[in-house]
Amino acid sequence: MDQEFIAEYIPLYREAAVLTVKIGFAGIAAAILLGLICEITDYFRIPVLKRVVAVYIELSRNTPLLIQLFFIYYGLPKLGIHTNAEVCGVAGLAFLGGSYMAEAFRSGVEAIDAIQEESAYSLGLSRFQTIRYVLLPQALTISAPALIANVIFLLKETSVFSAISLMDLMFTAKDLIGLYYSTTESLVLLVVFYLLILLPVSILGSVMERRLRYAGFGV
Amino acid sequence: MPDLGFDTLLKGKNFARLLGGLGVALKISLVSVLISIVLGTVLGVLRQRENLLLKAVMKLYLEFIRIMPQLVLLFIVYFGTTRSFGWNLPGETAAVIVFSLWGTAEMSDLVRGALISIPVHQYESAAALGLRKTQTYLYVILPQAVRRLIPLSINLITRMIKTTSLVVMIGVVEILKVAQQIIEANRMSSPNAAFGIYLTVFAMYFLACWPISILAGKLEKRWR
Repeated sequence: MDQEFIAEYIPLYREAAVLTVKIGFAGIAAAILLGLICEITDYFRIPVLKRVVAVYIELSRNTPLLIQLFFIYYGLPKLGIHTNAEVCGVAGLAFLGGSYMAEAFRSGVEAIDAIQEESAYSLGLSRFQTIRYVLLPQALTISAPALIANVIFLLKETSVFSAISLMDLMFTAKDLIGLYYSTTESLVLLVVFYLLILLPVSILGSVMERRLRYAGFGV
Repeated sequence: MPDLGFDTLLKGKNFARLLGGLGVALKISLVSVLISIVLGTVLGVLRQRENLLLKAVMKLYLEFIRIMPQLVLLFIVYFGTTRSFGWNLPGETAAVIVFSLWGTAEMSDLVRGALISIPVHQYESAAALGLRKTQTYLYVILPQAVRRLIPLSINLITRMIKTTSLVVMIGVVEILKVAQQIIEANRMSSPNAAFGIYLTVFAMYFLACWPISILAGKLEKRWR
C-alpha cells in the first residue's frame, strides 16, 4: 500500500464524496416528496391520477436505476429535453425512489386501525384535523424505519452515477485505477469514503428503530 | 415525427442481439439467485445459533455487504482481487461471485425473518412431543417458514435482475452494452437512435421483472 498516494488523492475523493452526498440528498428529498404525492393521490383515490401513480410505481419498481438514467441522460435529449448530468442524477434518483418512498408511507397508513379514524370523527375532529393530529403522527412513526432503509438504499444506488459521467466516488476510483494502476489504494479509499457516508445513516436508522420499538409503536 | 430509432431496432439482427444481451443478464441473475437461495438458507438457520465467534464473523460479513453499494463490491472483486492475488477473473464470474455474496446476505435476512415469525410455541410443542432439534426444524419449522419465504425469494429474483444491470460497468457485454454498440453503429443513419433503443432496453427490463413481481405479490396475498 502506497501511503503517499493515499494522502495525495484524499482531497479528490473528498470532492467526489461531496458530490455524491449532494446529489444523493437532493434526489432523496425529491423522492420523498414524490412518494408523499403518490401516497396522497392513492389515499384520497383521486380518479385519473390514481391510475397514473399505479403505472408509475410499477415502472419504477421493475427497472434498474442504471437503465432509467441512460434513458433520461442519452434518450430524452433526442426528444429535445436537454439537461445536465446533475439534474439527470437527481431526476433518476427521484424516479426510482419515489415508488419506494410511497410504499413506505403506505405501509404506515395501512397499519393504522380504522377505529382510530372513526374515533377521531366521533370526537368531532374534522377530516384535516384527523389526518394532522391522529393519523399522520402514527403513520410516520410506523414508516420511519422503512424510510431510513430507503435512504440508505438510494444513497447506495448513487454509485451508478459515474455511468452518466458524474464525477462521483466510483468515477474517481475507476479513473485512478485506469491512470496509475493503483488498484488497491483506490479501492481502499473508495470503501472508506462510502463507509463515511453510509455508516452514520445506518447507525441512525438502527437507533431510531430501537427507540420506536421501545415506545411501543410499529407493533 | 422524427426518426427515433425504432427502425434501427428492426434492422438486421439488432433486436435479436438485444434479446441475447438480456439473456446474459438473466443468466447471471439466475445462477446467482440459485446459489444465494441455497447458501442464504444455510446462513439464515446458522444465524439462530448462539455461537459467539460464528455470530461475530457473520455480523461482519452481513454488515459489510449490506452497507457497500453492489458496484463497489463488483470493483473489489473484479479489479481488486485480480490485482492482489494475480488471478484472472472473467467479468461474468466476478459478477456471479458478487451477486451470490450479496444475495446470500439478503436471503439469510429473509430466512431469519421467516424463522423468527414462527411462534415460540411451535418450537416448544415440538420439543414437548420429543422431537430432536433437526426433526423440529425439518418437520415443523421449515415447512411453515417456506410458505412465507417463497414470495420473498421470488422478489429477490427481480431485485437480482435489476442489480445485474451493473455488470456493464465491469465490461461484461450484456443488454446495455449491445444497445450502445447498436447506437454507435447507426450513428450516421439514425442519429436519434439512443431514444428508441434505450426505451426498448427499459421496456425489456420491465417485461422481465414485472410478471415476477406480480407473481410474488399474488403468492404473498394468498399465503398470508
